[in-house]
Amino acid sequence: MTSATETKSKTLLSHLVDTGAHQKLLAFASLIALLIGFSIASPNFMQTSNMIAILQATSVNGVLAVAATLVIITGGIDLSVGTLMTFCAVIAGVVLTYAGMPLPLGVAAAIGAGAFCGLCSGTFVAKMKIPPFIATLGMMLILKGLSLVISGTRPIYFNDTPGFDQISRGSLIGEIIPALPIPNGVLILFLVALSASYILGRTVLGRYTFALGSNEEAVRLSGVNTDAWKMGIYALAGGICGIAGILIASRLNSAQPALGLGYELEAIAAVVIGGTSLSGGRGTILGTLIGALIMAVLTNGLRVLSVAQEWQTVVTGAIIILAVYADMVRRRQTN
Amino acid sequence: MAPIVSMTGIEKRFPGVHALKNVQFDLEAGEVHALMGENGAGKSTLMKILSGIYSRDGGDLQIEGRSVSPDSPRAAQDLGIGIIHQELSLMNDLTVAQNIFIGREPRKSFGRLDEAALNAQTAEIFAPMNLTLDPKAPVGSLTIARQQMVEIAKALSYRSKVLIMDEPTAALNEAEIAELFVIIRRLRAEGVGIVYISHKMDELKRIADRVTVMRDGEYVGTVDAIATPINQIIAMMVGREVKDDPLDVPDLSQAEIALEVRGLSRGREIHDVSFSVRKGEILGFAGLMGAGRTEVARAIFGADLRDAGDIRVHGQAVPIASPSDAVRAGIGYLSEDRKHFGLATGMSLRDNIALASMHRFTRRGGALNDDAMRDAAQGYIRQLGIRTPSDTQEVRLLSGGNQQKVVIAKWLLRDCDILIFDEPTRGIDVGAKSEIYKLLEELAAQGKTIIVISSELPEIMRLSHRIAVMCEGRLTGILQGGTETTQEDIMKLATQREAAMQPTGT
Repeated sequence: MTSATETKSKTLLSHLVDTGAHQKLLAFASLIALLIGFSIASPNFMQTSNMIAILQATSVNGVLAVAATLVIITGGIDLSVGTLMTFCAVIAGVVLTYAGMPLPLGVAAAIGAGAFCGLCSGTFVAKMKIPPFIATLGMMLILKGLSLVISGTRPIYFNDTPGFDQISRGSLIGEIIPALPIPNGVLILFLVALSASYILGRTVLGRYTFALGSNEEAVRLSGVNTDAWKMGIYALAGGICGIAGILIASRLNSAQPALGLGYELEAIAAVVIGGTSLSGGRGTILGTLIGALIMAVLTNGLRVLSVAQEWQTVVTGAIIILAVYADMVRRRQTN
Repeated sequence: MAPIVSMTGIEKRFPGVHALKNVQFDLEAGEVHALMGENGAGKSTLMKILSGIYSRDGGDLQIEGRSVSPDSPRAAQDLGIGIIHQELSLMNDLTVAQNIFIGREPRKSFGRLDEAALNAQTAEIFAPMNLTLDPKAPVGSLTIARQQMVEIAKALSYRSKVLIMDEPTAALNEAEIAELFVIIRRLRAEGVGIVYISHKMDELKRIADRVTVMRDGEYVGTVDAIATPINQIIAMMVGREVKDDPLDVPDLSQAEIALEVRGLSRGREIHDVSFSVRKGEILGFAGLMGAGRTEVARAIFGADLRDAGDIRVHGQAVPIASPSDAVRAGIGYLSEDRKHFGLATGMSLRDNIALASMHRFTRRGGALNDDAMRDAAQGYIRQLGIRTPSDTQEVRLLSGGNQQKVVIAKWLLRDCDILIFDEPTRGIDVGAKSEIYKLLEELAAQGKTIIVISSELPEIMRLSHRIAVMCEGRLTGILQGGTETTQEDIMKLATQREAAMQPTGT
């Protein structure tokens, strides 16, 4: 049993890929199949600009899905990720546009507000023992209402904050390699996913995340302060929603207080398609990323094929059921 | 007359496993036939073939002299074969009668349910069993023992000639077991053939007529239950003689008092319990099911909050309000229900061993030192002789004995020197049991303080230096371990109810 050298030689990236690889093969294969299918169906699909549009569309939902993944692995669920994202965008608007503070402060305020709201959800769940579904459902409505109240139901524009729209729309990579104008939003999604994957795979917080989802009582009886760790995970997820808030505000160059509802279900769908178990204890960030990509490719591809919007929704629903069914079948075979 | 059930040359293969090899089994009408063997011996597989859950790959199954191949539980029921699984499968929110007739409810016109007929028919089933149970009571409101009676009634309602019972006494206390045995004897007298699967040797002697022993998917032999000594049956099960070394009670009167509990109370479960344990001592906790032993352990460990009581560890008063306080004071608790309270079974052996000691493997910034975790886990795998292909194996794939060792390793790694074992060998094979006993003795010899809670008196007597006995939440006495204390002494204390609480007539 000398796996020491083997472990050491594993890089961060290979860790991200490695833990998910065999489990997510199915989702990955579906993604490739979709890409090939749409390319054959329409010559416009495989254009660089369209690929970048897909990636751009994935970024917000992807970041939210990463946040949802963390909570779902603990055996919980977070229905508030969508309206929390909007709330954080509004907070950024208040700090930047209303108060005229510098850009970094606005970003910090959004992420901080997200983490704080996550901590609140975590407190409801861990300390007050409210089932996560109910706690975050309540939080979802509270935040939706607060966003409207704070903004006075009007969008807040970021025209006075130069460079704000570049957070998502600009392209650092494109400046270095002009042939590859990947937007910063995608870069940020990648960094968030990499960090979350590292936290899940290599830190105490991550190990406890899986342990809580696997058997919370056993963890508590091992002398671990399960309440505190769980609150920590919800807070982390909240902070990630704050990043998503910045991304969407930057892309629209405004905080739209009425937006956000429905995003949580898209995020959860991406998590589920990615093979994370809703009963907790199992899941990967890579799977979630693939799940988010599948949803974006599907939406985009159907639009390129001029399928009506209504039908796109129907297909997305069918894909979710199909993906989870395929996962069940695979699980039954391995057991 | 042909036996009701006759199975010969039964073969069953699963992918990669030859589960049953040329197994035979027969059952006469009106007998209780015990089926014994270690976990994984193939008992359940054989019974699943009989009850139509699995199909056989070879061999012959005859019911009353006729070859049959039931291909579903329904088909087996039609042949008169009923099975009562270890885990009861009742719907708690439905009534007793609704449970018994689920799927074949008496109906009136237009699909309306005939509740009156339902309850009347249920009462008809209960009558010959001498069972006084309200057909309209919700099943969830009954004790486990009563729920089991409902399962038996359900099986009998299919006019079963064969009743398979898989560890029916696992969750019952002594009085409930006696009640169950009365029913079993009555069924036997009426000519029902009963297959009785159990790990408890003393029950064999009380209820079984014949014993068939299986080992590693093979038939070992069938012997008379009364005439055959228990040691011989055990030897048949494990394939060798299991010898227990005699208990050697060390003189610990000079040893430091490691744990002292004074005036512990909690609700109606624990009344004013006080005791102390010395370093290197093994203190056994005996008592009937529900006597409050587990509750005492959980209260000391902070898993449940106590109403009153002082806990001193090495002479220091420690305020224990949560399991993490207890762990910090060096107390570890090993639950009887490892799957629910002891292990994250979907995670690796390595993670489970490190679960209580993560702070040791944390670098600055919260990153985990997986190499150190691996080394620690592999150290304990060697030290405790945990049989596993590697430290990354998922714990759910290990045997019960090895899972227990993983929990022990978790607490040893956490430097806990007071270990509370709740039913340490529940669900563990006979062969692995003596290994766990040796391990506990070694730990005590190394200066750990051990508390063992067990419902099996032979286990308590085999291990304990002193024996604390509880009854109805009170500590009724502490006996000296060793040969001078008999099972009768313990049972006397275990049934010593408080005079004021004693109802008239008992």
